[in-house]
Amino acid sequence: MSGETGSVLVQDPAPGLAHDDDPTTTASAPRDGGTRTAELIERLGLLFAPVLIAGLAGALAWYHHSLDLANAPIQQRSPLNWSGKLWPQTLQQIEIAAYSTVLVVLIAVPLGILLTRPSLRRIGPPVLTIANAGQALPAYGLLVLGLVVAGQGKLTVIYALTLYALLPVLRNTMVGLEAVDRNIIEAGRGMGMTRLGVLARVELPLAVPIIIAGVRIAMIINIGMATLAFLIGGGALGITISSGLKLNQDSVLIVGGALVAIVALSFDWLGAVAERYLKPRGI
Amino acid sequence: MSNQPKIRLDRVGKTYPGTKTPAVEELTLDVHEGEILVLVGPSGCGKSTTLRLINRMIEPSTGSILLDGEDVTKVNPDKLRRRIGYVIQQIGLFPHQTISQNIATVPKMLGWDKERIREQVETLLTAVGLDPDVYRDRFPKELSGGQAQRVGVARALGADPDIMLMDEPFGAIDPITRDRLQNEFLRVQAELHKTIVFVTHDIDEAIKMGDRIAILGDRSTIRQIDTPERILAYPVDEFVDDFIGAGSTIKGLNFLEVGSLKQIDYPTMTTSESPEIGVSRLDEAYQEWLVLLDDARRPIRWVRREDLAGHTPLGNESGEPVGDKLRTDDTLFHALELMVQSAAGQTIVIDAQGAYAGVVDTTHLNQAIRRAQREARLHYEELEANS
Repeated sequence: MSGETGSVLVQDPAPGLAHDDDPTTTASAPRDGGTRTAELIERLGLLFAPVLIAGLAGALAWYHHSLDLANAPIQQRSPLNWSGKLWPQTLQQIEIAAYSTVLVVLIAVPLGILLTRPSLRRIGPPVLTIANAGQALPAYGLLVLGLVVAGQGKLTVIYALTLYALLPVLRNTMVGLEAVDRNIIEAGRGMGMTRLGVLARVELPLAVPIIIAGVRIAMIINIGMATLAFLIGGGALGITISSGLKLNQDSVLIVGGALVAIVALSFDWLGAVAERYLKPRGI
Repeated sequence: MSNQPKIRLDRVGKTYPGTKTPAVEELTLDVHEGEILVLVGPSGCGKSTTLRLINRMIEPSTGSILLDGEDVTKVNPDKLRRRIGYVIQQIGLFPHQTISQNIATVPKMLGWDKERIREQVETLLTAVGLDPDVYRDRFPKELSGGQAQRVGVARALGADPDIMLMDEPFGAIDPITRDRLQNEFLRVQAELHKTIVFVTHDIDEAIKMGDRIAILGDRSTIRQIDTPERILAYPVDEFVDDFIGAGSTIKGLNFLEVGSLKQIDYPTMTTSESPEIGVSRLDEAYQEWLVLLDDARRPIRWVRREDLAGHTPLGNESGEPVGDKLRTDDTLFHALELMVQSAAGQTIVIDAQGAYAGVVDTTHLNQAIRRAQREARLHYEELEANS
């Protein structure tokens, strides 16, 4: 029919007819500028956070050093002992947060995937409601419930926190997968990709940013809640803070609080880095 | 075996669970190798459903689908789809993959080696009018709508399938770009000879793209299936007539060539012949005008008897200018346009070398249209008599 006209148009685009479809123009030129500025700010933020954290740690070290613990009363000297108390407690804090976050990811991501498959999609909303209720429960109550069910200790804390922080990851996994454009999935299936292939190569990569955001929230919840682990014999930095309160020692309170803040900020920074670098290019 | 259709739908139907009326009712349809068959119909007639039955994106409830005579109703649908290109209106490029990764999707699944995939991507990008060096490593968000659909077509052609299914591929693209993409696609198709089933709701697109058009009514029943020429010349019922809309006769002129017209035989003379010869030819033909030709028999002027009497030799000042000329391979649509513009309503026709071939006027168009309509009607009467 009129194929000939077409080929002429392509080889010799009429001058002055710079059209939307003209292969020589870049449609996204102005958008690029905006994204670049945003990216720059994001990258500066990622660089600035570790500097802030290091500054805070330095200030804490200087403060701890200036306390002259050798001559301090026992109420100060004992809880502020670095190698005997503070360092092991910090490690416990990290351990509790890390294990419970890993457990959350291992449970919530597969569960979220299952609940968005066509065959199970209908029971997704009720499961989300239950998970919502789980988070509505006060963390303290959950820890006490854990104590009743599983006895005291670090493991119970990890289980309780896993349950508590499940929701953000589950919800974000489901939302992330549901938000993938149906047409992209349709196109993949239409080309002969298997359901699993579409999930692994299209849906999950596209949902990664939202899932990671959920994991970051869970991690922050866990690192904060780990401070309460001492209530059921789980250890961690809550012990130091509690001692400071009970013994009315401001210096102990300050050191304990600052350590919790440093650990939490470091974890949040790690989350931000993961969010930035695990995001697939192109989206 | 050349008569075997590339795709045969044999009494294919689809009824969704929980509904009584079928979405597609017992459809039997052949698609021949290398043709573009356009499924066209009003919204909700089930044309997209029909298309998706072919690659089993929707599983048919009844009937069977044959590709090259092989029943594919029971084969693994994923493997089946890798043999069939699929283009949708929303394009659905993978946003997290580069253009070349997108195009390589099916070849990768089929286990092609890297070098072959790289070459294929290059060939396809060039074929759809995108420079591989510029676009290969871009991401879909960096493309305009028209460019994205070019990539969509290239991706569907990825592993060089024989069959392409296209679901309103140019539906969401602005009219100018759409026209361009249609032309380019027809050019690509002229080289590749794929067997294509093309869905649209736009009758003009159907007329332009289709080698044959199937006009579908409710539940995807075929109301008429034929070449665009015949459908325009002879819509079988009111439904088809309504769907084609006003101006179907004029649209039909696109399919007829000036060469097919009966032409008025005006007398001619060349500039080297004497005016007396011209006068005698006018007398012989009982005509008022003759066409003055140059030595290569190219028409230069309309000349009257009075002009012959006056000046010798005859040249560029004698008589009237010939105006726009038609070529024998121009469409009648173009002819109509020229005739409407010209004062006399008569237009000179030249052949490919530019030599005089004859003269046509509007009555010839009229005859051609009626002849096409009569032929189409006879064709259908014959079909009816045979069935």
